Amino acid sequence: MLTNEMIAMLQAGRKNGWLMEPEAKRLFAAAGLPVPRFAWAGDQQESLQCAAGIGYPLVAKVVSPAVVHKSEVGGVAVGIADNRQLREFYEKVSGLAGFAGLLLEEMVAGTELIVGAKIDYQFGPVMLLGIGGTSVEIYGDVSIRMPPLTSEDVYSMLQELKGGQLLSGYRGKEAISKEKLVRVLVAFAGLAQDMAPYIESIDLNPLLCSGKDCIIADARIMLGEVFVKTGGADPSFAG
Amino acid sequence: MNLSSLFSPQSVAVIGVSASNDRHPANVIFSKNLLRYPVRTYAVNVKGGFLDGEQVFTSVAAIPDSIDLAVIAVRAEYVPAVLAECIDGAVKSAIIISGGFAEAGHEELQASLVKLAAGAGFPFVGPNCLGIYSPGVVDTFFLPAERMVQPAAGDVAVVSQSGGILVDLLVKFAREGVGISSAISIGNKAYIRELQLLEFLDADPRTGVIVFYVEGFSRNEGRAFVQRAAKCRKPVIVLKAGKTSEGSRAVSSHTASLAGDYRVFASVLAQHGIIEARNELELVSFCEALSCYPDTVIKGRVGIISGSGGHGAMAVDVCVGGGLAVPRFSEAVQQSLRNKLSENIRTIASVANPVDLTGSAVENDFIAAVEAFCQIPDIDSILLLMLPYLPGISSDLGARLSKVYRRHGKPLIAYVPHIEKYRMLIEGFELNRVPVASSIESAVLMTHVLRRCRLC
Repeated sequence: MLTNEMIAMLQAGRKNGWLMEPEAKRLFAAAGLPVPRFAWAGDQQESLQCAAGIGYPLVAKVVSPAVVHKSEVGGVAVGIADNRQLREFYEKVSGLAGFAGLLLEEMVAGTELIVGAKIDYQFGPVMLLGIGGTSVEIYGDVSIRMPPLTSEDVYSMLQELKGGQLLSGYRGKEAISKEKLVRVLVAFAGLAQDMAPYIESIDLNPLLCSGKDCIIADARIMLGEVFVKTGGADPSFAG
Repeated sequence: MNLSSLFSPQSVAVIGVSASNDRHPANVIFSKNLLRYPVRTYAVNVKGGFLDGEQVFTSVAAIPDSIDLAVIAVRAEYVPAVLAECIDGAVKSAIIISGGFAEAGHEELQASLVKLAAGAGFPFVGPNCLGIYSPGVVDTFFLPAERMVQPAAGDVAVVSQSGGILVDLLVKFAREGVGISSAISIGNKAYIRELQLLEFLDADPRTGVIVFYVEGFSRNEGRAFVQRAAKCRKPVIVLKAGKTSEGSRAVSSHTASLAGDYRVFASVLAQHGIIEARNELELVSFCEALSCYPDTVIKGRVGIISGSGGHGAMAVDVCVGGGLAVPRFSEAVQQSLRNKLSENIRTIASVANPVDLTGSAVENDFIAAVEAFCQIPDIDSILLLMLPYLPGISSDLGARLSKVYRRHGKPLIAYVPHIEKYRMLIEGFELNRVPVASSIESAVLMTHVLRRCRLC
């Protein structure tokens, strides 16, 4: 069940048609899904204050309703080490169209996975797990299911991935925590079903998984046409 | 809603027969049911008169009999009135053959039919369809009997959005010896849709395997269908057309571009234990195998017997390529197998799996080899590549080998070239419920599907 707070967050996204990363992360945090420690700073002064709170090194990303693909416009900086570098990054991106501040967050390490949900015309909400990163669309190594999901379903999805071995400690690399991944995916599947009347798609790309944790490093929620236009949930997917 | 009067009517009214056009769909349907099916068949046309010496009634109400099924073939604009008459006249169900509804842009006319039917809980199939063909029971296809290729009565039910594909599938089923319980063309599927038919066929004692040819579900419709199919006690097979029309919208989402329409379709089917046939060869092969072995679920270890090394080698390639295993037998198993063969091939046969009995094998060698395979725990099914032209075997071998299956219960799948000359050999298998493929590829597909089928 979505809380009133979460529905209000979705309502706030209607003016842009989607939820920008800090908005999406607030919603996921409210739903109990793991996100990094983050802050959304409006100007340079606030950015420096927030950075002090999170601590260097950190990740900085541009926030703008006009920028859907942040890295394509140089809007992401990983490993910012001090105030000087943060100021430089701020200067660089503050001129981008629709600039609405910086997202600052703690650095997270892990193997890149993609987790997503979309509204399929024939089946309603469906979800996907894939070996992520920038090459995800080239390899297309994904597994698709219709929620709800059980933990057995998540294990069968992992089995279906051609690169599944990469997650189990291939060549000395740390194996990811399957238990954490199961927990995130089962919870996300439930959330995707609850959000179905409001959304068109959700990307968690990447979801960073290590031996200890699975954390949503980037997220975007595209809202559904009916919801954006009318503000009401799409009755086809309600219940 | 009770669909049984659609599938097993005792009485049929064909509405819209023509006095002047013998090729009119209604005339064809009237005549074939009157002459060939055990149903009381009545012709209806507002003008009355006689058709082929039989009285034509002016309305369904004028028929002095209770009507289980009305077949409606009047022009689209008259269909709502005729449907209302059927409902008022306590007819139990209808098939609307007529076109000229949603497929021609007349959505409102179609919606008016649904409204009438829903208000009365009155089941109808169509419009814009061929309706139902059930061997020996009823046939509303408007194709003259002499033009149709009709499979034998059997236990495969086929539901199709396309009438043309359905009739073509029947040709393939007849050729491959797949028997059907019913074939249903649902056309525009305005009211009775896949889900209701799935429910009916799951409970239908004549049906053992349920097949759907699907072009697409309407918005959100697939969800309830797959969830119901997952609970189905019988194997459900789906052939999907339109695999390549991937959605290109929503490029801003990775998920949307990775999870294209067909990929979602195939994944969701598999998730719910529904068997997807990717093409017609798969469909026909799956149907034949599951019709013979509906309750059999096996692992993928195959034992292969042939009278030619080449056939064995080809079959191994296809098996392994499809994810099946062909385990090599241990020395002890090989020795015991060799001892059961006749003397003239004992030293020349290969017995490691695939087993090549050679062209000098006689009938009893095939029996002995299949008997032996039934006792080998390392294999789950037997693939028998029959070369009917070998001098040592007769047409009786099919029936004899089927008895071996009956005794042991290990699934046996045969390949025999499908030509008239070998018909008796093929029937010896098929009439005793052992599937026979017309190619090695098809035989391997039959093996494959037994592994994918869920426990009932």
